[in-house]
Amino acid sequence: MLRVLGIDSLDHLFAHLPSEVRLNRPLNIPAGKSEYEIIDYFRARGAECAEGYASFLGAGVYRHYRPVLVDTVVSRSEFLTSYTPYQAEISQGTLTTIFEFQTMLCQLTGMEVANASMYDGSTAVPEAAMMAMRLTGRDRILVARSVHPEYREVLSTYARHQGMPVVEVDYEIETGALDASDLDKKIDGQTAAVIIQSPNFFGIVEEVRRAAGIAHRNGALLIYVFSEAVSLGLVEPPGDADIVAGELQSFAISPSYGGPFAGIIATKEKFMRQMPGRVVGETKDTRGNRAFCLTLAAREQHIRREKATSNICTNQALVALMATVFMTVYGKQGLRELAEQNLSKAHYLAQKLPLRFSGPFFNEFVVSTPSPDAINHSLLEQGIIGGLPLGRYYPELENSMLLCATEMSRRHEMDTVAQLFTP
Amino acid sequence: MIKKVRPHVNQNELLLFERSSPGKRGYQLPPLDVPAVDPVSALGAQNTRAEIADFPEVSEVEAIRHFTRLSTHNYAIDLGLYPLGSCTMKYNPRVNEQVARMDGLAWAHPYQPESLAQGIMQVMATLEQMLAEIAGMDAVTLQPAAGAHGEFTGILMVRAWLQSQGHPRKKLLIPDSAHGTNPATAAMAGYAVENIQSNAMGMVDVEQLARMVDEDVAALMLTNPNTLGVFEEHITRIAGILHAKGAQLYIDGANMNALVGIARPGDFGADVMHLNLHKTFSTPHGGGGPGSGPVAVKQHLIPFLPKPRLTRRNDGWSWNYDLPQSIGRVRAFYGNVGMHIRALAYIMAHGGDGLRNATLDAVLNSNYLRVLLEPYYDLPHQAPTLHECVFSDARQARRGARTGDIAKRLIDYGFHPYTVSFPLIVPGAMMIEPTETESKAELDLFVDALISIAKEIEESPDLVLNAPHDTRTSRVDEVTAARKPILRWKPELK
Repeated sequence: MLRVLGIDSLDHLFAHLPSEVRLNRPLNIPAGKSEYEIIDYFRARGAECAEGYASFLGAGVYRHYRPVLVDTVVSRSEFLTSYTPYQAEISQGTLTTIFEFQTMLCQLTGMEVANASMYDGSTAVPEAAMMAMRLTGRDRILVARSVHPEYREVLSTYARHQGMPVVEVDYEIETGALDASDLDKKIDGQTAAVIIQSPNFFGIVEEVRRAAGIAHRNGALLIYVFSEAVSLGLVEPPGDADIVAGELQSFAISPSYGGPFAGIIATKEKFMRQMPGRVVGETKDTRGNRAFCLTLAAREQHIRREKATSNICTNQALVALMATVFMTVYGKQGLRELAEQNLSKAHYLAQKLPLRFSGPFFNEFVVSTPSPDAINHSLLEQGIIGGLPLGRYYPELENSMLLCATEMSRRHEMDTVAQLFTP
Repeated sequence: MIKKVRPHVNQNELLLFERSSPGKRGYQLPPLDVPAVDPVSALGAQNTRAEIADFPEVSEVEAIRHFTRLSTHNYAIDLGLYPLGSCTMKYNPRVNEQVARMDGLAWAHPYQPESLAQGIMQVMATLEQMLAEIAGMDAVTLQPAAGAHGEFTGILMVRAWLQSQGHPRKKLLIPDSAHGTNPATAAMAGYAVENIQSNAMGMVDVEQLARMVDEDVAALMLTNPNTLGVFEEHITRIAGILHAKGAQLYIDGANMNALVGIARPGDFGADVMHLNLHKTFSTPHGGGGPGSGPVAVKQHLIPFLPKPRLTRRNDGWSWNYDLPQSIGRVRAFYGNVGMHIRALAYIMAHGGDGLRNATLDAVLNSNYLRVLLEPYYDLPHQAPTLHECVFSDARQARRGARTGDIAKRLIDYGFHPYTVSFPLIVPGAMMIEPTETESKAELDLFVDALISIAKEIEESPDLVLNAPHDTRTSRVDEVTAARKPILRWKPELK
C-alpha cells in the first residue's frame, strides 16, 4: 500500500502537519491488553458494585426482568453494526423495526405519531417544551414539582438560553398529586405548556384530564411525561395530552448506572412537523412493494442547520429496538399482566408502611420515617438496597423516602423492609 | 464482474401487527407471590385503561423469526466495508459488548450507595483520565449522550465562562463545511451563526477569520481535520486570533480518529471539544444510536462543567454536586455509562501504541483509496487528506449520473455507499471514510466497484441511474413518504 502511495513510511502521511502540533511522545496509556485481561478487569469492577443485592430503588430507573430474546435480537450484527438508515434499500430491517416501535408507542400512549426515539426521558422534556414554544408562539413553561427532579434540572439548563421562563407548580401535600389550584393561579396567556408526570415522581397517578382542561382553557399545551413505561400497561393513556415525552428504560433496558436509555416524543398528527428527532415513514419502492424510509427531514439539522427543530442527530436506535422486542415478547396481555404484578407487589409492600401521600399509586410510593438513612443502613446489612431519601430534592420531605416494587421484588424481601418500619 | 454479491433468497416479512393472533404471547410471568390487587379499586376506574388496542400478540418463535428475518434486510459493518464519511464505521469488538453486560455494571442503579458503585465509578474515572490524555485537555465530563449533545454542553460552558467575565457575547463562527449539528447547537445555546467560507484548499480562510473575529464572537466551532479530511494547518494561528479577542476555540471531535496519538487538540489551542465514543472509540452505531459525546475542557472551563462531577475522596469515588458555577445538568444521572464501559475496553485493548497504530492505518487506508480512485473521480480539493476524502460527481454528472446514483449502484456491488452530498461545499459530494479496520483486499474490491461504475456511466448509464437492481427493495420513493406521511401502522377499515 505504501508503494501505491509512493511513500516509504506511514509517518509520511502526517508530514504536512505543522511540527508544533505534533505529539512527540507516546500517549500515556498502558500497553494493550488481551481479551482475557479485559474481561477480568471489568468482572472485578462489577464485583465492586452491588452484585447480588435486592433493591427497592425506582425514581426513574426500574428493575424489570429482561427477556432473553432482547439481547439475542440486539446482538444480531445486522442491527448492532449498522448506522442510521439513510440508505433505505439496504436498511429495511432497522426501518421496519422503528416503524413498529413508533406504532406501538402510539398504541400505548394514545397519541397519533411518535418519533424514532430521543436520548432519554430527561432530554425529551426540554425538547417537548421547545416544541410547544414553536407551536404556540408563547415562551412560558409551567412544570409540576412532582416531575422527576433531574428532568427539571435538565429542563432548566436548556431553558436558560431559549428565553423560556420556567415556573414550578406545587403538589398537594395531602395527596402528592398536582395542585390544580396552584396551576390555575400560575397559568397565564404567555404559557406555552404545562408539564406533568404520571405516575409522578412520588408514584402518584395524576388526573390528566383535569390538568389538560386547565391548560387548554388558557391556550396552552399539556405535556405528559412518564418515567415508568410499564405503567402504560394499566394506566389510562394520556389521550388528552398534546405531547407525550417519556423514558422507556423499563422496557428491557439495563439500568446500567443511568444509561444508555431511550426517550420518546409522541404527539398529535397536526403537530408532527414541529416534532424533533428521526421519524420513519411508509412508502413504496419502484416495484410497488411496501418500503420504509426516514422522512420529514426538512425539520432536521442536516438540512435546516440553525433553523432546525433541534440539534439532535443520533437517536437511540438499538435501545429502542430493545424496547420493541420487549413490547413484542410481552404483547397485549403480557404487558397488562406485568403491570398488574407491579401494582400488586407495590401495594403489598405499601400496606404495611406509613404512606406519606394518599393519592393512587402504581409501583412507587413515598413513606414517612424519622430517618431514611437509618432504615437504608439496616437494609444494606441484609443485602437489600432500600429507597431513595427525598430530602436532597425536596427539603420539606426530609423525613421521607421513595420506595419501588416491581415484578422482581420477592415477598420475603418486602417483609424484611416492612419489619424495619414496625415499631 | 460483481465480485462480492450474488442474489439469494431473502424472506418477506409482515409487520408484527399483521401476524398477530388473539391470545398469543411470548413470555410467561412467574405466579404472583402476593395477593392480586384489583386495578380499578387501586387506581380508580377513570385511571385504568381498557386493553391496548391492536398491540401485537405473537409467540416467542414468531417474535424471533420476525426480528431475525428483518435483520437480514440490513447491511452492516460485519458484512463488509461501510465507508460513510464522517461516521467512522469501524469494527465494533465484541468483548466490549460482553463486559458492558457484567451483572454488577449492567444492573447498577444510579442512586445505589456510592460505596456499592465504586467499580463503575472507577471505570468512568479511568475513561475520563484517558480521554483527557488523548485530547490533551485538563478535564472531561462523560454526561452528554451524543456528539450533538456534547456540542451543546461545550457551548453552554463557553457561554457561562464568558458570562462570568461580564458578557456572553452574541455569535458563533462556523465554517460552511461543518456538520449541521454545529449551527443547530448554536441556535439552542442562544447564539447567532456567522458562516465562514472555506478557501480553495478546503481550509478556513485565516485572513477572513481575522477580519470576522471581534468582541461579539464567543467562539469558533471547528472540526479538525475538517469534513474534507483536511487538517487545518493554520490551527495555532486560528487559535491565536480567537484568544487575542477573548473568544474560544471549540473543536468538534467527530474526526478525532485521524489524530489519536499523533496530535492533540489541547496542544493546538482548543479550549473545549467533544469526542464521539461511537466513532473514534468503536462503540456500536446500533442503527443510529446510542452514542456518547464526552466533552473535554481546559483548566479555565472546569468550574462550568455539568454536575455532578466525579471526585476522589479518602474512602473512594464520590459524586460532587456542590459546583456553584456549573452549567447544571444536561442529562439525568451520569451519561450513557454502558457506552463508557465499551470505550474503555477499546482503549485498554489497544493501549497507547495500538491507538496510534489505528490512526496510522485509518489514514493509510483513506489515502490508498484516494490514490486509486483519483484517475476516475474528480477530487475538488487537492490538499493532503487524513482519514477521509471527498470526491465529487462532476465527471459522472456530465453523463447524468449524480452522487446519489453512484451510491445506489455501489449497493449492487455489495457495499454500503459513502456519505452522499456532504459536506455542502462540494457539489455532488462523495465522502469516503474506510477506517483502519478494513483489509487491503476489501479496499481493492471497493476500488474495483467504483472504477466499474465509472465505466458503466460511460457505457450504459441507465444501469446506474436505476440502481439498485439486486436488492430486495428497489429504489424507495422518499418524496411521497414526506409529502403524505404515514408514520404508523393502522388496522384496515373493515
